[in-house]
Amino acid sequence: MAYLQSTVTRTGFFTAKKGRLPYLLLFPGMLWLFTFFVLPIINLAGTSTQTPVASGETGQYVQTFRLANYIDAFNQARPQFARSFLYATLATLLALAISYPLAYAIAFRSGKFKNILLVLVVAPFFTSFLLRTVAWKQILGEQGFVVPALRSMHIIGQNTSLTASALAVVTGMTYNFLPFMTLPLYASLERIDPRTLEASNDLYANGITTFRKVTFPLSMPGVVAGTLLTFIPAAGDYVNAAILGNPNTTMIGNVIDSRFFNIVDYPTAASLSFMLMAAILILVTIYIRRSGTDELV
Amino acid sequence: MTTIPIPTLPVSKRISRWFGRNIIRIYAVIGFTYLFIPVFYTIAFSFNNAGKSNLIWKGFTFSNWKNPCGAPDVCNALGNSLKIGVLATFVATVLGTLIAFAIGRHAFRGRATTNLLIFLPMATPEVVLGSSLLAMFLTFHINPGFWPTVAAHVMFCISFVVVTVKARIASLDPRLEQAAMDLYANERETFRRVTLPLVMPGIAGAALLAFSLSFDDFIITNFNSGTMNTFPKFVWVSAARGIPAQANVIGSSMFLIALFVVVVGQLVNRKKAR
Repeated sequence: MAYLQSTVTRTGFFTAKKGRLPYLLLFPGMLWLFTFFVLPIINLAGTSTQTPVASGETGQYVQTFRLANYIDAFNQARPQFARSFLYATLATLLALAISYPLAYAIAFRSGKFKNILLVLVVAPFFTSFLLRTVAWKQILGEQGFVVPALRSMHIIGQNTSLTASALAVVTGMTYNFLPFMTLPLYASLERIDPRTLEASNDLYANGITTFRKVTFPLSMPGVVAGTLLTFIPAAGDYVNAAILGNPNTTMIGNVIDSRFFNIVDYPTAASLSFMLMAAILILVTIYIRRSGTDELV
Repeated sequence: MTTIPIPTLPVSKRISRWFGRNIIRIYAVIGFTYLFIPVFYTIAFSFNNAGKSNLIWKGFTFSNWKNPCGAPDVCNALGNSLKIGVLATFVATVLGTLIAFAIGRHAFRGRATTNLLIFLPMATPEVVLGSSLLAMFLTFHINPGFWPTVAAHVMFCISFVVVTVKARIASLDPRLEQAAMDLYANERETFRRVTLPLVMPGIAGAALLAFSLSFDDFIITNFNSGTMNTFPKFVWVSAARGIPAQANVIGSSMFLIALFVVVVGQLVNRKKAR
């Protein structure tokens, strides 16, 4: 699945035709995206600068254009912001380390099993996202096989547990967003012409040099797409932190969720959402520019 | 008779050579094991004779599979998820495919804006999409529930449909359409009998993807569904006090059904390719 990577070819006779047809094709979908994506974001910006009503009734707010809401919200949720970006970065790097060899093996070493392996690599994600996360809670828990094994090898102490920790949260995030890494990597590796690798070999490059100078640079679009598709959901996630973490591993998503539902503090939730979105968009833009793969967008 | 001595490498060297040659394969085996451990757990615990809390293995039983609706509310939640999934998939696939044809086959002004509007929902974290939609529904005094959830699901599925179908359109050989035109098919006939059938696998793949995204969505749904239960919400709520084994039965069935659909799809594709 070559998400984000397909370039538009302008061949074919349909291209030549101009007029109203393309707009008619675009209209319903674009209207939908405008109504349920653009409008809510604009509305969110409005909510983010509201303040509580004078009567002090819970959940009632009036527009006062108070920009200081952002500063207050940021100061309240600073550790969660830092953790979100730290955990998401760790999970993305781990997912890259796990997925790259896997995608490489499927693309170059699987022969006639290629399609089967590709199905198998996505298959685990057909079970529910939440069930998978709970499964990790069981795997890393006292009754799982990991803790006793590590204890008997004296890698962890007899009283150390793995659940309810930052380690468990990052493990869960790495696992849950893995297909978003593997599929784009596979798509870009699969597209590499094996003759370029042979040519590198002919020019006396050894395996490592070929990988460093030929394979990896050619797979860069997949690396960029994969890291983005992993990092973005990971940074906004709160399910892993809620199920696998403890009160000291909460992420920005947990704060937004609890502001909305437990405290009904809509302005703070809105300004946090807005800051998260802005931070991610800025990071993504810089990242895409830096890596020189503008064709992504 | 003289025997020619065959030079043999020392064992250690042979082992290291074998490793060098197979390191990627060894890694792949480890990788796949890692991928399937949680699936193994989910399926194994669907056979757990657990009672209320399904966290610890207590013994083998078929009773959960015989009675998948045994846990209170689990099938109601599943039904809602399926309804939302089917509706959202249908609308998102139609709207997304239309956009994909516009982008892939037409020249028009505003292409960059269109592409940006397709890309942005995918680059926005779910918690932002969910909370912004809920804030809007609250502003306009719309109660969260079934239809707001469907609207939200269509929104985040459209982009994925567009990129999937667009990729398929881009990979078509334009000569096939030219051939149809040469054989006196008009544009409409060419589209109906050549282009659309060729793009169909892409549309089918996009629909599958949309359904699995919708069915599995928790964060956006949790914001916009109000008191309506869905399957991921059911798991979330029961996660705190132990998930009934029936949820594992449903998760395992979804896994097997999806695997079956994909394998059948692959076989059909292979037959067509011949």
